[in-house]
Amino acid sequence: MKALILVGGFGTRLRPLTLTLPKPLVEFGNKPMIEHQIAALAEAGVTDIVLAVNYRPEIMTKELEKFEEQFGVNIEFSLEPEPLGTAGPLKLAEKTLRKDNSPILVLNSDVICDYPFKKLIEFHKSHGGEGTIIVTKVEEPSKYGVVVHKAGHSSCIDRFVEKPVEFVGNRINAGIYILNPSVIDRIELRPTSIETEVFPAMCNDEQLHSFDLEGYWMDVGQPKDFLSGTCLYLQSLNKKNPKLLVPSTEPFVYGGNVMVHPTAKIGNNCRIGPNVTIGPNVVVGDGVRIQRSVVLKGSKIKDHAWVKSTIVGWNSTIGRWARLENVTVLGDDVTIRDEIYVNGGSILPHKEIKANIDSPSIIM
Amino acid sequence: MATLAARPRQNGATTTKAVLLVGGPSRGTRFRPLSLDKPKPLFEIAGHPIIEHCLRAISKVPEIKEVYVIGYYEEDIFRSFLQDCTKIFPSLTVKYLREYEALGTAGGLYHFRDAILKGSPGRLFVLNADVCCSFPLGQMLKLFEEKNAEAVLLGTRVPEDAATNFGCIVSDPNTKQVLHYVEKPESKISNLINCGVYLFDTECIFPAIGKAYKRRADRPRLLSYPSSENLETSYIADEEDSGTNQVIRLEQDILSDLADTRQFFVLETKDFWRQIKTAGSAVPANALYLTKAFQLQSPELSKASAVILPPVFIHPTAKVDPTAKLGPNVSIGPRAKIGPGVRIKESIVLEDTEIKHDACVLYSIIGWGSKVGAWARVEGTPTPLTSHSTSIIKNGIKVQSITILGKECGVGDEVKVQNCVCLPHKELKRDVTNEVIM
Repeated sequence: MKALILVGGFGTRLRPLTLTLPKPLVEFGNKPMIEHQIAALAEAGVTDIVLAVNYRPEIMTKELEKFEEQFGVNIEFSLEPEPLGTAGPLKLAEKTLRKDNSPILVLNSDVICDYPFKKLIEFHKSHGGEGTIIVTKVEEPSKYGVVVHKAGHSSCIDRFVEKPVEFVGNRINAGIYILNPSVIDRIELRPTSIETEVFPAMCNDEQLHSFDLEGYWMDVGQPKDFLSGTCLYLQSLNKKNPKLLVPSTEPFVYGGNVMVHPTAKIGNNCRIGPNVTIGPNVVVGDGVRIQRSVVLKGSKIKDHAWVKSTIVGWNSTIGRWARLENVTVLGDDVTIRDEIYVNGGSILPHKEIKANIDSPSIIM
Repeated sequence: MATLAARPRQNGATTTKAVLLVGGPSRGTRFRPLSLDKPKPLFEIAGHPIIEHCLRAISKVPEIKEVYVIGYYEEDIFRSFLQDCTKIFPSLTVKYLREYEALGTAGGLYHFRDAILKGSPGRLFVLNADVCCSFPLGQMLKLFEEKNAEAVLLGTRVPEDAATNFGCIVSDPNTKQVLHYVEKPESKISNLINCGVYLFDTECIFPAIGKAYKRRADRPRLLSYPSSENLETSYIADEEDSGTNQVIRLEQDILSDLADTRQFFVLETKDFWRQIKTAGSAVPANALYLTKAFQLQSPELSKASAVILPPVFIHPTAKVDPTAKLGPNVSIGPRAKIGPGVRIKESIVLEDTEIKHDACVLYSIIGWGSKVGAWARVEGTPTPLTSHSTSIIKNGIKVQSITILGKECGVGDEVKVQNCVCLPHKELKRDVTNEVIM
């Protein structure tokens, strides 16, 4: 089995984090985002993974060699000379993706969910069509492209309706597909979109089916959703693999869903949670309150600080009695001085914040 | 030139008295919400009522034995404070004289002139109680004697753009004589302003007020520009019933006239001075009085340490957890409870309040009996040191720089209150910014 992960560009939507690390290596739940996908793919029997990127892949090679070894998979980069959209990369990596006749898994690197690859493969083989896309139920379909099935058919897709004004359905494209190699014949080597060019043609030929996703789904390509996605991921872990979370009997855990790396240190009288991840070598002082936040490797949160809905970038320091909230994102090596208030600040690497940030703003 | 005090003046041993003008409950509305629960003169700054700071300065002048507090608050209000005064200031006799109605700063003085002039004091200090300053009364007295003055007022320099909010003084830089005085001018005249602290020759001030009453009765519509024909040179004892129910103020009605006597001098202080008008102005005043106490090495203040950044005043009955970090410029009132890991800076925390663990209080006033929850943040915005205003412009809106919680307010755990004024008995359960909470 083979898979293509659409990584794309610089991940500008996840800045200032992606000024320091490429998006696939930004830690989500204390693991690089791409590791979640590689692990799930390997688990489903995938042996060859192509990463479609359109910028310097070399900064990721070392990390990915580690994953090749760890998960027993081959990982190669497919470097797009220019951005090829969501379909072009399939054509570009044709050689690897067509080395045998097994179907190809395709996923957007920004999407997190409980990847149901085994069931997906099974279902795909059962219906005999050329492709299957995972769909997820949403509350507000009018913001997305909604899937409409053929009359009387539960999985064969008739068409997609982009941002429907009237209700036509509540299932949307979740950005994860399984395609027979023959689909590559439908694609030209140019910038092209799988969603708007390839899939509609497959619908016409009654070759595209949908597969309902169970559980959570989130596109974590921007900080606000990265935090929401973290909450969903931790909630899911709580049900499926609670060993990865700190037990609620730990006095500092408040409301559950707290993940703390074994090398992190937590001070006395802290109240942490719900929905917090704390990375390696993080030092949390005494009387610290953290909720709905991600604290990345090597950061320090000093005594009595209050942190909510914040991504604390690597090696950053939050001063005593500081208060951070409302999707504040600190880049690498940011310092927030004692007693400072930050409301929705997006702070670029290596900055020191000495005055309050009262309303959401970018600190260059 | 006909002047008020052309008459021969007696030199030699004269006694001096002092008057403290405190106003009344219908004044001081700008001190709300704090004045809803405590008369402004008794509001505690740096651990002591505002008027106690004035009285302390007065008590340092050895020749003053008698002080009159004049205002139109009910007598009850000052009773217990005046009892305390007999212990705190054994050298002083402090009496409260109540105006039956607001007579104005000069009107009040004039109304009680018989009491004040009993024992024929030669000189009279008059202090507005809503002033926070070092009260260099000794220096004023010295200048008064040097210049053989009839009146000396305390002046200070403020930034040019702030000056027109005050009484402006034009003086001769060499002789210190006041050449011209105008209250809150429309145009810029001088940045030397009236601090609201005066020393008068009693034979000058009372006739001047009397004359102002007469002028008011004769020409009620010509207040500011008296002509020379109604200038008098002696006491106007028979003026009593001519318009005593009218308000006569020292600033508007008397001082510009005194500038014409040529015996009117200004002592320019380089020391601190602030008006205590709005409730928020209590925070800078607190800082100034605490700094002064620190410079004088007052034993009342807490010793500097890793968790005490001086100056900090903690009432002996307050309970402060040893892990709380306080200061600079913090006053903690009686029986207040400050929890572990609390941070308080540039703030006044009044009696019976409770600040729970890990909370943070910055540039704020926490009203009597209020409770601030764990990890809550109550925050104001610092105003520049030179500023005489306690409001700031935020996102184009004028907001209170100092956050004030009235009596018995509650701030929930983890709630943030920023640049707000909260009236008494309100519970704040959600974050609030730039609001007045009714």
